[in-house]
Amino acid sequence: MHIIVCIKQVPNTTDVRIDPVTNTLIREGVESVINPFDAYAIEEAVRLRERCGGRVTVLTMGPPQAENALREAIGLGCDEAVLVSDRKFAGSDTWATSYTLASAIKKIGDFDVILCGKQASDGDTAQVGPGISTHLDIPQVTYVKKIEEISAEKAKVERMTEEGYDVVETPLPCLFTVVKELNTPRMPSLKGMLRAKSAKPLKWTAEDIEADPAALGLDGSPTRVIKIFTPEPRKGGEMLKGDTADVAAELAELLKDIAL
Amino acid sequence: MASITILLDNCTGCTLCVKACPFGAIHMANRKAVIDMAKCTFCGACVEACKFSAIELKKEAGGKKDLSGYRDVWVFCEQKKGAVQSISFELLGEGRKLADKLGVKLAAVLLGSGMEAAAAELGWRGADKVYLVDHPALKSYQDDPYTEVLVKLAGEYKPEAVLCGATTIGRSLVSRVAIKLNAGLTADCTGLDIDPKERLLLQTRPAFGGNIMATIITPNHRPQMATVRHKVMKEAPVDRTRRAEIVRKSYPEEVFSSRTRLLDIVEEIGETVNLSEADIIVSGGRGMGGKEGIALVAELAKTLGGAVGASRSAVDADWIPYSHQVGQTGKTVCPKLYIACGISGQIQHLIGMQSSKVIVAVNKDPDAPIFKIATYGIVGDVFELLPALTREFRRVLNK
Amino acid sequence: MDYLLTEQQVMIRDLARKIAEEKIRPVAAHYDETEEFAWPIMKVLADSDLFGVYLPEQYGGLGGGILDMCLVTEELSKACGGIALGYAGTGLGALPILLHGSEEQKKKYLPDIAAGKKLAAFCITEAEAGSDAGSIKTTARKEGGKYILNGTKQWITNAGEAEIYTVIASTDKSKGVRGASAFVVEKGTKGMEFGKKEKKLGIRASATREVIFTDCEIPAANLISREGMGFVIALKTFDCSRPGVAAQAVGIAQGALDHALDYSRTRVQFDQPISAFQAVQHMLADMGTQVEAARALVYATARMVDSGAKSVAKESAMAKLFASEVAMKVATDAVQIFGGYGYMRDYPVEKYMRDAKITQIYEGTSQIQRNVIAASMIKEAIKK
Repeated sequence: MHIIVCIKQVPNTTDVRIDPVTNTLIREGVESVINPFDAYAIEEAVRLRERCGGRVTVLTMGPPQAENALREAIGLGCDEAVLVSDRKFAGSDTWATSYTLASAIKKIGDFDVILCGKQASDGDTAQVGPGISTHLDIPQVTYVKKIEEISAEKAKVERMTEEGYDVVETPLPCLFTVVKELNTPRMPSLKGMLRAKSAKPLKWTAEDIEADPAALGLDGSPTRVIKIFTPEPRKGGEMLKGDTADVAAELAELLKDIAL
Repeated sequence: MASITILLDNCTGCTLCVKACPFGAIHMANRKAVIDMAKCTFCGACVEACKFSAIELKKEAGGKKDLSGYRDVWVFCEQKKGAVQSISFELLGEGRKLADKLGVKLAAVLLGSGMEAAAAELGWRGADKVYLVDHPALKSYQDDPYTEVLVKLAGEYKPEAVLCGATTIGRSLVSRVAIKLNAGLTADCTGLDIDPKERLLLQTRPAFGGNIMATIITPNHRPQMATVRHKVMKEAPVDRTRRAEIVRKSYPEEVFSSRTRLLDIVEEIGETVNLSEADIIVSGGRGMGGKEGIALVAELAKTLGGAVGASRSAVDADWIPYSHQVGQTGKTVCPKLYIACGISGQIQHLIGMQSSKVIVAVNKDPDAPIFKIATYGIVGDVFELLPALTREFRRVLNK
Repeated sequence: MDYLLTEQQVMIRDLARKIAEEKIRPVAAHYDETEEFAWPIMKVLADSDLFGVYLPEQYGGLGGGILDMCLVTEELSKACGGIALGYAGTGLGALPILLHGSEEQKKKYLPDIAAGKKLAAFCITEAEAGSDAGSIKTTARKEGGKYILNGTKQWITNAGEAEIYTVIASTDKSKGVRGASAFVVEKGTKGMEFGKKEKKLGIRASATREVIFTDCEIPAANLISREGMGFVIALKTFDCSRPGVAAQAVGIAQGALDHALDYSRTRVQFDQPISAFQAVQHMLADMGTQVEAARALVYATARMVDSGAKSVAKESAMAKLFASEVAMKVATDAVQIFGGYGYMRDYPVEKYMRDAKITQIYEGTSQIQRNVIAASMIKEAIKK
């Protein structure tokens, strides 16, 4: 079984601080990490390989330093890594990003399963996974929380919904976007990290993936960001003081209308 | 191709642009600004910030496409088990305003099986038209047939804007539709407006969990598509005198075929109260100490008729299932009332709940970051306060 | 302090630290309370290849040495000295095979230990043979191609959980310590049983049991080295393992100090954090200095062992003595800084004090270490 995992490098939010004066994000010195949701996708890919045999290819689109994320993924058990990187990709929205990744996947060739995190923690769109499956014209199941059964031809999975979950059967190849409930990612292994150190991810440009230049980067992106601003921060309100019974009674009165 | 250039003669090295860049793409070298093209998204924040006209942004060349063939605002109305979901009414409320600003019709799109009565109800909620596709294969959501039908409808009737809920169904569906239609799609909007001159949909969405906001447009592609967060827009009022024109569409069987097969729909009773639907959420964190503490949280939630939420630490400690987790790797919620008990307020948690209308925080640590965003804060012992609150609410609510 | 670790050692330390922080710290109190053996953590350590850091590459290890093992033990001990012992105790059980085993024995046992598939344990102590290891009563009688073991080993770390046991037993009682021999016994061998789990003051996540041999037959091939080498093997094993115990002590001390430092900065009395008081500052300064000195001694000793130095008995004893005394002192002071909260089991710091105590006792008490150190010093002086 050939499993492809798509990952993204994002700023580590545990490091993100808000500048108290300008109220903007302080990005300086913020470390880049693998998008938290992608960690579940990587773990599931490695587990699928352990279950069914085969290999795992990890794929990312990003600046040259995204290679670090790929190495980390190798340390976590992925076999091969591909970085698509080109200045022509700058300004890509989710349309162009999913087109670019889909083009790279076509170049990678045969695959059985594509795994993506349900969304990236910086953009939060949840659009790229479904975008890739559409560009590749393969079925998808989003918000997968469990892969119950999988064979060479088909898989039975659970898709998380607002009320519970759906049980869905899909033929392979198929794309899954995954949620946290799917697994607990393992720690990296020393042997994996040593392998990652010497690993050489493939590096592809726009030309290598034979993509239509008009569909890349800002030109290939239907949407445009026209304004970025910082919302008014939410202000802390009133601190209620007094002994437990009084405070509880006061709060119950204050919130009575909402509670009714 | 778009380009952005620093005009070195004008650049004074003042670093205003470095601070303004939301993507960390600008740094200073030899007292001049340098743009890292790998990070730049051409958003233009630096151009606005620069006081010396030292940054030149050329967005695109080429003439404008003729987009006048696209008209009307559409709302994709999500249904589950035949019931139209409340998010659809919120979208109709917002869609009505947008359609009026554009001077066009508001249309609801309803896909399902046996939905005739519900279609009429969408008229009461402000739709001028309802595109109804009724077929057994559409009874429950499946990616393939829903995508095909929506793509066919949009291809035929050419809406200029399509709104959809930012729900699991909505996000999965329109992401596919937008690719097929070569349309622009903006996720998870919290604000929508119209630029009347250009007839553009101004879509405002939070990024980085609400720490920055971005306004996004789709200048040269139609339709302009957006998913909208639940509970942000106001529900359209019911006016039973209103009538919508119902457009019933049917398609050849193959349009409804699906590669995936829905085998079962499992509703996890009681336990998984739908957090994103709840008006009141009481959440517990590490400070609740264990399952017993979470039981106190649940007791208060029950008294208030609300849902139980949790921070990541409570979920990771196995005190409560993941489906209750609020925050970055859990759910984003915006209820009318959010009571955070024993939650310190890590940024990952705040991201998921800071747009709640009223936030109450109970924590023993007076310096807990949660108090910085709480409407009401109480420093104290959760194990005393929670039972007391439950008692008091029972009293004021006569329960 | 920068100890000029190699790139691989930094990688090992950082990974062990990550596991300690993310996996062990959240469950340390649970295992301390329930006294269960932390198998899920052992699995994580195994999957991360940490069990193999000090074993040669040809046996599936990473080719490092005792310093590498110390780095892991120290990091794990910062979060929980008891859970760390499941790791360190395996090292102790593996060392006799690594140091004195035949090629066949190494090939048979070390790869599974390196992969973390099997834990190991070392069995020497008996009810009447503690510091006086020469008076062991367990016997191994040779009969044809077999040895038959009889006797009871006491307070054996990892007993019942481990698969591989290295056992010191007497093959010739008339020869005293020179009649002791070392054997490998696999769990499941007929005639080998485990006593009930001991209830302990500290390191409660670690399993401690009796190992009882009743006409327990093992192949003669399980003899390590030659008959009569048992005591030499035990001493050489301790020379290499004492830096490990010392590293455990450094980890416990550092863990307690970290808690105390954090607490002192947030605990407000008389309108200021208690870290503003000189009395507290001086305690912190002493604790920090002692921990760093212990660490420096432990790393230097471990490096000496890894360099292949002929005699490390004195230095190993010094490292273990000093680090374990520091652990006890620092953990006690950490409780003091926490005041009344420190005495409460809802707070993490009293556990460090309970865990620290054992480091002064096992693998030779502090008193025995002083005997070893003094004996070496006097011997060196005579030689001059």
